[in-house]
Amino acid sequence: MSDMTANPDEQRLAPERRAVGALGDRIFHGVTAASALLVLALIAGIAVSLVIGAWPALAKFGFGFLTSSQWNPVTDDFGALVAIFGTLVSSALAMAIAVPVSFGIALFVTELSPVWLRRPISTAIELLAAIPSIIYGMWGLFVFAPFLSDNVQPWLNDAFGDLPILGYLFSGPPIGIGVFTAGLVLAIMVIPFITAVMRDTFEVVPPVLKESSYALGATTWEVVRSVILPYTKTGVIGGIMLGLGRALGETMAVTFVIGNAHNIPNGLFYPGNSIAATLANEFTEASGGMYTSALIALGLVLFVITLIVLVLARLLLLQLSNQEGR
Amino acid sequence: MRLSFSKTLITAVAALSIWGSASAAVDQINGAGATFPYPVYSKWAQAYQKKTGVRFNYQAIGSGGGIKQIEAKTVDFGASDAPLKKDELDKYGLLQFPMVMGGVVPVVHLKGIQPGKLRLDGKTLAEIYAGKITKWNAPAIKKLNPNLNLPNTDITVVHRSDGSGTTWNFTSYLTKVSEMWAKGPGHAKAVAWPTGVGGKGNQGVASYVNRIKNSIGYVEYAYALQNKMTYVSLKNKAGNFVQPTAANFQAAAANADWANAPGFYVVLTDQPGAKSWPITAATYILMYKKPQHPKTAQAVLKFFDWAYENGDKMAADLDYVPMPDSAVKLVHDKWHSQIKGDNGQPLWPVQQ
Repeated sequence: MSDMTANPDEQRLAPERRAVGALGDRIFHGVTAASALLVLALIAGIAVSLVIGAWPALAKFGFGFLTSSQWNPVTDDFGALVAIFGTLVSSALAMAIAVPVSFGIALFVTELSPVWLRRPISTAIELLAAIPSIIYGMWGLFVFAPFLSDNVQPWLNDAFGDLPILGYLFSGPPIGIGVFTAGLVLAIMVIPFITAVMRDTFEVVPPVLKESSYALGATTWEVVRSVILPYTKTGVIGGIMLGLGRALGETMAVTFVIGNAHNIPNGLFYPGNSIAATLANEFTEASGGMYTSALIALGLVLFVITLIVLVLARLLLLQLSNQEGR
Repeated sequence: MRLSFSKTLITAVAALSIWGSASAAVDQINGAGATFPYPVYSKWAQAYQKKTGVRFNYQAIGSGGGIKQIEAKTVDFGASDAPLKKDELDKYGLLQFPMVMGGVVPVVHLKGIQPGKLRLDGKTLAEIYAGKITKWNAPAIKKLNPNLNLPNTDITVVHRSDGSGTTWNFTSYLTKVSEMWAKGPGHAKAVAWPTGVGGKGNQGVASYVNRIKNSIGYVEYAYALQNKMTYVSLKNKAGNFVQPTAANFQAAAANADWANAPGFYVVLTDQPGAKSWPITAATYILMYKKPQHPKTAQAVLKFFDWAYENGDKMAADLDYVPMPDSAVKLVHDKWHSQIKGDNGQPLWPVQQ
């Protein structure tokens, strides 16, 4: 197809111009290809250096590194379970809150909001996305944690603390610092990202599709479910994955509020630890080869978790497009 | 500070006379390490730069980081709150000397309790940190504080989340006074804390203790004062309850036998003496015995010599304890006998 469109252009061009253009094309192709390959080389380089750095720890602890909740720099006994648990649970909590809220914001802004309100909301979301994560961390520690500790956690403790499953979610010392707070702060941090992506994809749905459905008598919800979501599912899932990736890797904000304790929390209000927070806290001061190696191994685990998340997202999209073909 | 040692006097005069010429050769010295002495080092650096034009660039990245950086030779000196053992010093060819001292202080967040009023002993402190005493009105605490009205609330323990010289000294104390702690978490820059939340740096612990009601933490004395925290009175080895004051840190420091400590490896926790504060600590400087750049090394030595000589008041203003004269004399001796230039001549005292 590109040949067909290129030919008439070439005929109009003078021969020397065409030669320069062809050379330029080749250079351009080379430069862009090199840039793209650089990314692959970087990924491979990071993976290799992580594996090399983590090797002493992986060789010593083996698979047990993933399942041990020990983290003892004195006896050089390390396991990643506490950090993996904290990372996954805080991110899951963040996504459970952020995805519905973001979806609501994006839908309201693109479909339901009065026109004059759209720009202020959109601008506010973009501003939220631009705030550095350390600001969220400081706000979480100095404003949000005391608020949770004084007003929210005691109440949640009383109301739900004795129930079987909800009890786990809402139990622990009401000190405002712990996995629960980390999840909430993460949710606030990723909402602007997910919302921005969702809003942009909702906006590109051709009006003619929506108008046709409305003309057929569809309600707003039916248009959202049957027209907008199928049309934009790649973008929506992409936005969610972007937010999840950010939540998994978020360092400073989590370090401030998660409590940095290497113990499996007995409830979400208990302090815990995440992979990124452990690295931020301990890497500069880690003395001894095994300690450093265990920290690099933690980095490798985070790398693999992120990879798995991306692969799952791809598989999900693949399955969705297969269903479409039916 | 009056020095009777004649060589040092000559040195000081010589150093004064050549400041102008040396600053032309080396106008910046770089170091990295412990966060505990950072306030006093930066105060010294300012005064020194004003006087000589030599910039003293110190990165407070933590003791472990300081040791790593000097071993990697990326800085002219390293700084650590936890002294290195002699074999590690020898392995890298490093010389270690103490620069200034201070105290680690337990702090609490308890409503209605004034600074210095709550009394603890080592065993009780260790059991709180081990999670064995969980309530403020536990019998062990009540026994030490019959006159205080302690609440029936859970204790939230705050510790350091990063490896730290402060933790090294704090756990050194707990290990000495509690067999249970010695067998359990032990003594290191970072340990497996049985309970509690972790704050990054002295400032992190201070702000957690300030935020979390009914919590207990430990910080360098300067941070407790700056943040107006409720510090605790501790029972020392002599059996007296002492307050954290510069005089009581000094009392503990006076016990240090610097002359007979290989590599100046001295731990000042749990010292005898009626007034000794039980968690006193020295902070150290690390330098190569055969520096790559002898001229820079001399500039570093001149700075520290100047700090020993003129920095006492600035240190005391920030609640640090200056090194006693006798220890400074020993340090000067070590500089002379250990730090050598390319052809083996001593780099100290600095010759013109």
